[in-house]
Amino acid sequence: MTTTLKQIGAFSSPPRVGLFVTCLVDAMRPSVGFAALKLLRDAGCRVEVPEAQTCCGQPAFNSGDTADAAVLARHFIETFEGYDYVVAPSGSCVGMTRAHYAEALADDPAWAERARRLGERTYELMSFLVDVMHFAPADVKLDTSFTYHDSCSGLRELGVHDQPRALLDKVSGLTLKPLEGNDVCCGFGGTFCVKYPAISNAVVGEKADAIERSGAKLLLGGDLGCLMNMAGKLKRKGSSVRSFHAAEVLAGMAGGPAIGEEH
Amino acid sequence: MHEATMSFKARAEEALANPTLKIAIDRTTGTAERKRAVAMTQFPQFDAARERGKRIKDHVIANLDHYLLEFERNAIASGAKVHWARTAEEASQIVVALCKQAGAKRVTRVKSMLGEEIGLPHALDEAGIERVETDLAEHIVQLGGDRPSHIVWPSMHRTREQVSEMFKRLHRAPHQEETIEAMVDSARRELRDKFLTADVAISGANFLLADTGATCTVTNEGNAELTTTPPRVHIVTAGIEKLVPSMGHAIAMLRLLVRSATGADVTQYTTFHCGPKQPGDRDGPEEFHIVLVDNGRTRMLREGMKEMLRCIRCGACMNHCVVFRQLGGHVYGGTYPGPMGAVLTPVFDGLEKSRDLPHACTMNGKCQEVCPVAIPLPTLLRGWRDRSWREGLEPATVRFGLGIHTFVASRPRLYRLGTAIAIRVMRLFSRGGLVKGMPGLGAWTAYREFPAPAKRTFMEMYKDQEKGQ
Ligand code: SF4
Repeated sequence: MTTTLKQIGAFSSPPRVGLFVTCLVDAMRPSVGFAALKLLRDAGCRVEVPEAQTCCGQPAFNSGDTADAAVLARHFIETFEGYDYVVAPSGSCVGMTRAHYAEALADDPAWAERARRLGERTYELMSFLVDVMHFAPADVKLDTSFTYHDSCSGLRELGVHDQPRALLDKVSGLTLKPLEGNDVCCGFGGTFCVKYPAISNAVVGEKADAIERSGAKLLLGGDLGCLMNMAGKLKRKGSSVRSFHAAEVLAGMAGGPAIGEEH
Repeated sequence: MHEATMSFKARAEEALANPTLKIAIDRTTGTAERKRAVAMTQFPQFDAARERGKRIKDHVIANLDHYLLEFERNAIASGAKVHWARTAEEASQIVVALCKQAGAKRVTRVKSMLGEEIGLPHALDEAGIERVETDLAEHIVQLGGDRPSHIVWPSMHRTREQVSEMFKRLHRAPHQEETIEAMVDSARRELRDKFLTADVAISGANFLLADTGATCTVTNEGNAELTTTPPRVHIVTAGIEKLVPSMGHAIAMLRLLVRSATGADVTQYTTFHCGPKQPGDRDGPEEFHIVLVDNGRTRMLREGMKEMLRCIRCGACMNHCVVFRQLGGHVYGGTYPGPMGAVLTPVFDGLEKSRDLPHACTMNGKCQEVCPVAIPLPTLLRGWRDRSWREGLEPATVRFGLGIHTFVASRPRLYRLGTAIAIRVMRLFSRGGLVKGMPGLGAWTAYREFPAPAKRTFMEMYKDQEKGQ
């Protein structure tokens, strides 16, 4: 793939980006992390994946365990503070750092301020590629159709909507089939899906029906948690729709098994 | 297991297993969602109006004592009698006592969620006073002997087919034709003479106007006028957060309320009441009472929930909530359902009894997006979760699990090792790309497949790659 210096835009030297792969990608689907790595490098970033990274603290925060969330928030801040930018292939983890770290650390003004300053430099992958790096993938080809689910945190906390579509539009051969209710929650909700599995199931059941009605061959999205939930339901229904993280497609890495396929 | 958890979950599963309920919910909330969306396209100033609405409410809430006293002064000057109630019980007792004083045998009621909140239907029934619900949907709720399931459409949980059957069974002269008009006529025949023969009318208020002491009520059926005009005594019950400085402010709020609730520009009827019948008036009540209810509102103000007092009860948050749209309103177990109900019910019923409500939410933020006064509902719900955690109401297993998680996740080496082991264990249970029958994953795999992890973690592979380079 070719990356010209023009794509690096206004940067005099390539920005140093700390990639937070997220705990879910680390454990469940490393290919999303490698796709993010490749895209960021193609976009002209110097990327590092700090080994000290773990989890953003969302499960604790959303369970009301603010003290534990604060511990992990501090750990995250210490790990990533030294970079020009922090990027993650997940709207919900970035939403956590940008929108909620200051809240979790509210009792400690100095840390809350560090959280705020880091939050300003922390981006969801798609929006970073488009809004900051002005990047567009070149020479990526995939002859198929896809539909896109907008995960809630990315959409509402970060305004991620147009960016993935703009990027995917550059993949030759790939056509978008609109998803009815693309901005309606898939019922994942982090720990919600295991605390209230029956309710979560009813919600994701409707989502899976809508995905099938779209007629698309692929389901793409920008958050692995939601994708696992939807892919898991599609599989259980016996659907032939295959699910990938959008980064995998954009990096030309969608040749392998989809989420929930043998690998 | 916590008792409230069981009952909420049991109620939820019952609702999920009821396909007729789902049809009823989808019809009402789906229509509301579509109509609101259309209304929004014709209301480009929505964001500015919402900002103004929010500011009006915040201003009043910040100066509640001032506006309450101004309202009281002006209401008394108009001839109204003003009563103050600290709790739900006090409020319903005041109303029942006023009804008894008036020698009331029959009272007519205009739909009011505050009336439900203070348990008024029950209190009137207990006192042996005949209660006639004049709102069509409340009439349906009363006939069915159940509770409202939505704050704007209280009988949302019943399909029109069910309502038709009920009218045929219970009305004196039921409809013959299966049309909405014929059914409405049937209700009208049933209710009309009761409107005219009631001793006391009880209504709520959408707004209390501080500068005149007037109350404002909106309906689409005109039952507010018909209910409150003939009887000798009219009692208004209202939460103290319903205050606005003046008519102009009420109109600004109305623009938001109606579009958000039904998608219409205005309600069919917007009624203002100001004092009892004056000399020279052709009609109106001889006595006009206003019962101002706190019931937890000043506590919300003190306890960091002041944004919730902006709520104008439009119902948009529930119409757009994925959980509400699966469950309907009764599962929530309180007066108010949906996202706003999940914030309010712990205030009224206590967190211990209702701790499921703030948890049964995916935090997707849609409710906040559609709320016409921009209430940060997810933040308030998380506030309850935080409190529940601090008060030790969360299950020991969750506390233990998160404690371990934090211990490990703040120690990167241990975390790397833990993750590497976890995925290998998962792979022992993996077949064909899916994890099958693994202990601890049942809540997930009962309903959907769990995708198997890769053979190695990202970090393991990344380190190898880096070394190789
Ligand atoms: S919380 Fe907002 S959306 Fe929900 S009923 Fe109140 S005003 Fe309407």
